[in-house]
Amino acid sequence: MRKKKSTFLNMMVSLLVITLISGFVLGFVNDLTTGPIAEAKLERKINALKLVLPKFDNNPVEEIKLVRSGQAKDSIEIYPAFFKSEFVGVAIVGASEKGFSGLIKIMVGFDPYGKIKNIVVLVQKETPGLGTKMKDAKFIHQYINKNPSSFNLKVTKDGGEIDALTGATISSRAFSEAVQMAYDEFLNNIDSIKELKIKDYD
Amino acid sequence: MTNTTNQKQNFIKGIVKENPVFVMLLGMCPTLGVTSSAFNGLGMGIATLFVLLMSNIVVSLVKSQIPTKVRIPAFIIIIASFVTVVEMMLEAFIPFLYEQLGIFIPLIVVNCLILGRAEAFASKSNLISSIIDALGMGLGFVLALTVLGATREVLGNGSIFEIKFVSEEANTFILFILPPGAFIALAYLTVLFNKISIKS
Repeated sequence: MRKKKSTFLNMMVSLLVITLISGFVLGFVNDLTTGPIAEAKLERKINALKLVLPKFDNNPVEEIKLVRSGQAKDSIEIYPAFFKSEFVGVAIVGASEKGFSGLIKIMVGFDPYGKIKNIVVLVQKETPGLGTKMKDAKFIHQYINKNPSSFNLKVTKDGGEIDALTGATISSRAFSEAVQMAYDEFLNNIDSIKELKIKDYD
Repeated sequence: MTNTTNQKQNFIKGIVKENPVFVMLLGMCPTLGVTSSAFNGLGMGIATLFVLLMSNIVVSLVKSQIPTKVRIPAFIIIIASFVTVVEMMLEAFIPFLYEQLGIFIPLIVVNCLILGRAEAFASKSNLISSIIDALGMGLGFVLALTVLGATREVLGNGSIFEIKFVSEEANTFILFILPPGAFIALAYLTVLFNKISIKS
């Protein structure tokens, strides 16, 4: 087969055809994957909720409450949990931009009195092997069953009660800041959350 | 008979004599960037292998229809399309790996290994040879990334494929997980690889 000559028309037509076909293929694949991508994201969210909340029988994802806050750019996600129409806890997504490589996003589960039930890391770009250890149970364990009203969330270097990760003080500090933010939002919103379900039955 | 021998050589050259990472030093960005663990290296390698295979197939099929002067933009569009397909598929069906590889998936587009094979091989060879070339080169890339990732993970984290073999408290060479460790590990592995392959 002989190669096509590089005339203006030939070049234009061949590039046009190639881009056209690739456009169609990508559109098709996009249609194909939109559903599964949304499902995967939702599943990840539900799994995180199951980890940080006590047993619940409502659908926190649907009953999500978004609040604006001075502390964060995006609105803050609050997921209330109810079991047999009794308020059992709430999951709040806290974030900090002060991680070693930027944004850290965590989901903190509180019981109705503000005690931390569990924490799941949603987004982090920290240094592998150092800051990424914030996902380990050993580090998160320091926060569990603590009530920030009587527990200083800061790392020991800043006068708090959390042992920072070795070689990753900045990451630990940002993590604590995100937990603190979640707790602040818990205090700000707890009253309105509790009323949510009761209102439904009125 | 000679044909099969040729194809066999064509396949093996990508793994040993012309190994994309240790011999040709192509595609260094993902090689250095994602190999902080054996699993990440393997995942990146397989994603690249797939894109390389598909782009070699398509380029070798359409080679006679593409005017020489616009061949590079044409190849890049073909490669970018497949990379986008891989990205969407990963996000939909293997979200865990998608998160791990992050920005390095779209960067497969500019992996010079893929454009290099399209330009140097697939645009001059028939379909069968191009497929075999892509498989050989791709496997060479997968092996190199996995070995590099495993080395860094063993030294830096004391684990392999996320299975720990030292205690939690043990000190490991964290340097090897960090970017400088990628350069050091790559350099030593390259020396080792070439020493062995030249001898044999």
